[in-house]
Amino acid sequence: MFINFFYLLKAYGVPVTITEWMMLTEALALGMAHSSLTGFYHLGRAVLVKSETHYDRYDLAFYSYFQGIETPVELTEKVLQWLEKALPPRYISPEERQKFQEWDLDELRRQLEQRLKEQDGEHHGGSNWIGTGGTSPFGHSGYHPAGIRIGGEAVNQSAVQVAAQRNFRGFRTDTTIGVRQFEVALRKLRQLSSKEEGPREELDLDETVQETGNKGGLLQLVWTRGRKNMVKVALVMDSGGSMDPYMRICSQLFTAMNRSSHFKDLRFFFFHNCIYQHLYQEPSCSLSSAIRTDDFLRMLSPDYKLIVLGDASMAPSELTMPGGSIDWSYSNDEPGIAWLQRIKNHFDHAVWLNPIPAHFWARVTGNYTIAKIRSIFPMYELTVEGLEGAIKKLKVRQ
Amino acid sequence: MQDHKISFTGTEDYIASKELQNSVNVAVALGRPLLIKGEPGTGKTMLAQSIADGLGKKLLIWNIKSTTKAKDGLYIYDTVQRLYDSQFGDHDVSDIRHYIKMGRLGEAFLASVQVVLLIDEIDKADLEFPNDLLWELDVMNFNIPETGETVHARHRPIVVITSNAEKELPDAFLRRCIFHYIAFPDAAMMSDIIAVHYPDLEQKLLDEALAAFYWLRGIGSLQKKPSTSELLDWVQALTVGGISPEQIGEELPFLGVLLKKDHDFTTVLQRLHNEGAQAKSASRFPHLR
Repeated sequence: MFINFFYLLKAYGVPVTITEWMMLTEALALGMAHSSLTGFYHLGRAVLVKSETHYDRYDLAFYSYFQGIETPVELTEKVLQWLEKALPPRYISPEERQKFQEWDLDELRRQLEQRLKEQDGEHHGGSNWIGTGGTSPFGHSGYHPAGIRIGGEAVNQSAVQVAAQRNFRGFRTDTTIGVRQFEVALRKLRQLSSKEEGPREELDLDETVQETGNKGGLLQLVWTRGRKNMVKVALVMDSGGSMDPYMRICSQLFTAMNRSSHFKDLRFFFFHNCIYQHLYQEPSCSLSSAIRTDDFLRMLSPDYKLIVLGDASMAPSELTMPGGSIDWSYSNDEPGIAWLQRIKNHFDHAVWLNPIPAHFWARVTGNYTIAKIRSIFPMYELTVEGLEGAIKKLKVRQ
Repeated sequence: MQDHKISFTGTEDYIASKELQNSVNVAVALGRPLLIKGEPGTGKTMLAQSIADGLGKKLLIWNIKSTTKAKDGLYIYDTVQRLYDSQFGDHDVSDIRHYIKMGRLGEAFLASVQVVLLIDEIDKADLEFPNDLLWELDVMNFNIPETGETVHARHRPIVVITSNAEKELPDAFLRRCIFHYIAFPDAAMMSDIIAVHYPDLEQKLLDEALAAFYWLRGIGSLQKKPSTSELLDWVQALTVGGISPEQIGEELPFLGVLLKKDHDFTTVLQRLHNEGAQAKSASRFPHLR
């Protein structure tokens, strides 16, 4: 009878499996829920949810399944439909774009808030759904003027905060041109463990034979330390709309990184335009793949080599103002620049790779934020040479 | 699986929340490993001791280090000793069993009564480590190829696994566990915890100390937030040092007990200077009482 709950959990992004569901059934048969809803709540959470980051989603699903909302799924759909209607069209004509640019941030936000309020009246409990942040299109949206920034001739192309459907694209492709060159460059990112540290685990055959001979055939085992690449890498990539023109080259780097099997550990994270209190484990930056930046810093020790890949071009407010995030529903208490500084401070080695060619940095629309970020991170352009420079920087002892 | 009636309710020196007790009991009843996550200092390791005490069972601790291999927990075949012995011929080296030593998990399997096995800080080990233990934890037996023997668990041990979330654990492993995240105790629970350790503490001192403590934890830019054990030490330092409750909020005496990083020290002193003592006096936080 609860099987719908199982699907609801999945719909909310809790990764439940049949194994766990069977386990829950078994526990119910043993009377572990103590015949109460609270008991069932705790039992279900212990058995079905395997990460504290999913607790909130479990709560939401549980709430919607058991708290008298009769047709939760339908309601979601209704709200989504409503939202779709309210959204500006995905293709934005120049006139419309003009209109957007006239709005400032607060005006825009006020307008959207107004709409949301109206909706609250129309659909009971609707704000609840939007409140979850991840399920409505309002959460993850950003509109970037289509113009490419490197041309330098355009003037008003800073990204405006608009709620609109965003096209997500995965980074992983099988591009081969250029990948190899990156791979070769990456191979230089290597730091062998010294003979001085680590456990003596490998049998030193030559020494063993020598020593055993010295002892007149009495076996003498000699152990030595193996040499391994100790480099651990974290690649944090911008998957925001302004990166679209550079998708191809970013994919190449991504593929090359992925193929490099010589790292001790390699982690990928994503962000949208600027880093705030969350990072994402998927390029879509969907809420279900979010991890807290604090946790990211806790998870990765300072000896990880951090490579940030992004165009560093954004509206100045996105970088320097609390609440400046491009996602309308996303509120950051601290400005992006504080987070960038914190991340830089955490890691012993960190570089920023920028797909915009270096000689455009001072001239493109985002030059203000590029300069700001360059004052924090050593920045290199995303070319094979740039990557080599960055790798050198990553290897230097500080 | 012999007894479903036993239930864990915390012990005198360990306060377990209702949810945590529940998770423990579910794990015991289902015979599944209990995976405990939580901030450092929320008593993850202590929990296993408490379960063992509470249920009157023996506790075996398997501390995981970065070099630990899954096999180490099952058994160790001391080949080198055997080789050495063979050189002198004064031991019977033909019987390999003399050179097989049980690891912690093996010990737990062979125990004549049910034990509690703590696998501490599983995330310290290699990424593949948890997967290597799947079979053993699932079916509760393992094979020793050297002797051809299979070790069966006489009594399914209660397995408690702790993780600091340094590394993500594999999904296949997670599927088989009961999971519980120990949230950082709120002020009310914290005063219960302190009361267990220092029953005679003056209420005013406790209030002020807690207010200052949660104020400290609320500072976002701290590199290392103080945890429960540090608070306990601090409370002791305050008592021993004869600090009056009023002084706590104003001066944050013995700050070194709570903060362990230079950077944090400067941050806090800066804040203290800027915001003044008013900021974290208990009167500002009536909800903490």
